[in-house]
Amino acid sequence: MQPTAHDFKSNARAALADKQLQDALSGLPGGLVAQRAAARARLPEFDGLRDYGRDLRNHTLEHLDVYLERYETALIKAGGHVHWAANGEEACAAILRICQEAGAKLVTKGKSMVSEEIGLNARLEGAGLEVVETDLGEYILQIRHETPSHIIAPAIHLTQGQVEADFRREHAHLPANRRLVDPAELVDEARQILREKFTGADVGITGANFLIAETGSSIIVTNEGNGDLTQSLAKVHVVITSIDKVVPTLDDASALLRLLARSATGQEITSYTTFSTGPRHDGDPDGPEAYHVVLLDNGRTELLGSEFREVLRCIRCGACMNHCPVYNAVGGHAYGWVYPGPIGAVLNPGFIGIEEAGNLPNASTFCGRCEAVCPMRIPLPKLMRHWREREFAGGGTPFSTRIALKSWAALARRPWAYHFLARLTSRAMKIASGRNGAFRWLPFAAGWTGGRDFPAPQGSTFQELWAARQKQAAKKRSGR
Amino acid sequence: MSHPGGAKTSRDSILSKIRASLGATQNDPARLAAAEKRLIAKPRAAPPQRVAAAGTDLVARFKEELQRQLATVVETAGAPEIPAVIAEYLRANNQPLRLRHGNDPYLSSLDFAETPGFKTFQGRAAPDDTTGLSAAFAGIAETGTMALTSGADNPVTLGFLPDTHIIVVPQSRIVATFEDAFARLRQERGHTPMPRTLNLISGPSRTADIGGRIVIGAHGPRRLLAIITGDH
Repeated sequence: MQPTAHDFKSNARAALADKQLQDALSGLPGGLVAQRAAARARLPEFDGLRDYGRDLRNHTLEHLDVYLERYETALIKAGGHVHWAANGEEACAAILRICQEAGAKLVTKGKSMVSEEIGLNARLEGAGLEVVETDLGEYILQIRHETPSHIIAPAIHLTQGQVEADFRREHAHLPANRRLVDPAELVDEARQILREKFTGADVGITGANFLIAETGSSIIVTNEGNGDLTQSLAKVHVVITSIDKVVPTLDDASALLRLLARSATGQEITSYTTFSTGPRHDGDPDGPEAYHVVLLDNGRTELLGSEFREVLRCIRCGACMNHCPVYNAVGGHAYGWVYPGPIGAVLNPGFIGIEEAGNLPNASTFCGRCEAVCPMRIPLPKLMRHWREREFAGGGTPFSTRIALKSWAALARRPWAYHFLARLTSRAMKIASGRNGAFRWLPFAAGWTGGRDFPAPQGSTFQELWAARQKQAAKKRSGR
Repeated sequence: MSHPGGAKTSRDSILSKIRASLGATQNDPARLAAAEKRLIAKPRAAPPQRVAAAGTDLVARFKEELQRQLATVVETAGAPEIPAVIAEYLRANNQPLRLRHGNDPYLSSLDFAETPGFKTFQGRAAPDDTTGLSAAFAGIAETGTMALTSGADNPVTLGFLPDTHIIVVPQSRIVATFEDAFARLRQERGHTPMPRTLNLISGPSRTADIGGRIVIGAHGPRRLLAIITGDH
């Protein structure tokens, strides 16, 4: 996927002016926020489980090489194949080879953000394969030639009317006068069309929410059941996933599963949680004949050794973006690469470079809601701040911002100058604002005053008020 | 490994990059032991009070949670009652009186002769099957979840291709937590506890991908009936 993260500012401006996008965003993800709160309220253990999950993920990351080797051993014992991929190119090449060796023509796919990260569809289609996304949201995006705007609700930026228009255009062989008014009618139409794909597929590709070292299993968590049809009906099941997904045991996966759906959609659990271990067993009447897992690094080993290690605890629930005021205002596409929202602001610079994605860690008010709801207690604002520091150190910060920051730093280090200037400015602003006590326009703050007046400081500065209070308190004490 | 070549070197370089990032060395006995300890001890998070509190009725909790997720739940005393429950459910939902199941001995012993015209078939699901019937390995009370193990006894496709999925859950197999179900899997299935596919099913297929509204019956079953059964 060609990143446009460097264009975040103009992307965001366009998103704010996009009436249809704003319509789609208006109800959601507010609903998800309320549903998460309700699910949390129903499970008093929820916040304690977050501590447990954080510690469990930290332990796993500290022993990541050991658990990955154990996972590999268990998977091979179960009859599966492991393919290690240092980058997206190696992962795509491995999957293409598997498809070609299976003589595949039609490939069905369950939802996978890692496959978006490596640009898998384009690569397979370039080699002449037909690739069909089977998650309903992803299917809609595929026929629109778009990318997901949310990691668990990929088509959240679209209205029902847009989907109807897409289906009428794409499914032109169906009667033009058919009813497509209710969402259920749209779902039914997609169901009928994708049925044929499931039963005709040669290779089924899914992602993985977790990998289990104890058993060599991969887990997918879905509501639609498309991931199950994808992997059970094709001859070959390929899992494309990344090295940070491994957990030690089935019991460890249980703790994380308790947090995942509740944080994501507010469900107690999704309709389907599926553990896949190797190919079909002797005597099994269905299931894939071969099972391959592609383990992607693509920059994760570097994050592991950096101040960003904690981001690798992420279980991809999407709660951070659901609760983010910036995401809610501009949607996911403005972020310009695979992972949107606060998690994207920390991950994307790691994957595509701070030069490309430097705007993203700056696209935050640091309100802290993302950290407050993260089931893995990832300190997302702190990590965004680390990227800002790196951007500044690397010279990526714009000249005007650097000058402003430098001047402010110079002033902050000299309290007498700071006090003097603060006093002077507040007095001057009070006089200049006249009888209104506010400015309709201010230099360097046109963005602010474009939407509202800027109130002028009235009276003394904070330091003056504070000093006066201290003095009065001291007088009281000595007078007693 | 069926795909040698570049794969081997990427494996080694990824693992050594991980060790470098962690400041660790290969085969450090302390690190190996720490991981081994967790794999053997299998520590658990504290179980939710909703199933761990003294005197919890696990069957009632299982039923309530599953109903919240829009499944139909019926309790029966035992096998002789099941065919009539299924026939009534299919009629009520305007479904043909036929179904398919695997060679699970319990399901194979069910006698549908009382319902004239009821047809049963065995094997993996075919695209035109309307109802699949499975037996659960366990019921998990904390979330109203059924654990199904794939095999000739319960082919995995029966739970996803047909429009209707019916699952029989023996009352004696309803446990409190996910971890309890996994412990039972290890205990009963020995050296290879995991089937090819372990399905945790907690409701019918659904989606919210169009306009954020929940629609039941996305790709998998449009309806789910769970039959909790006693030993009679």
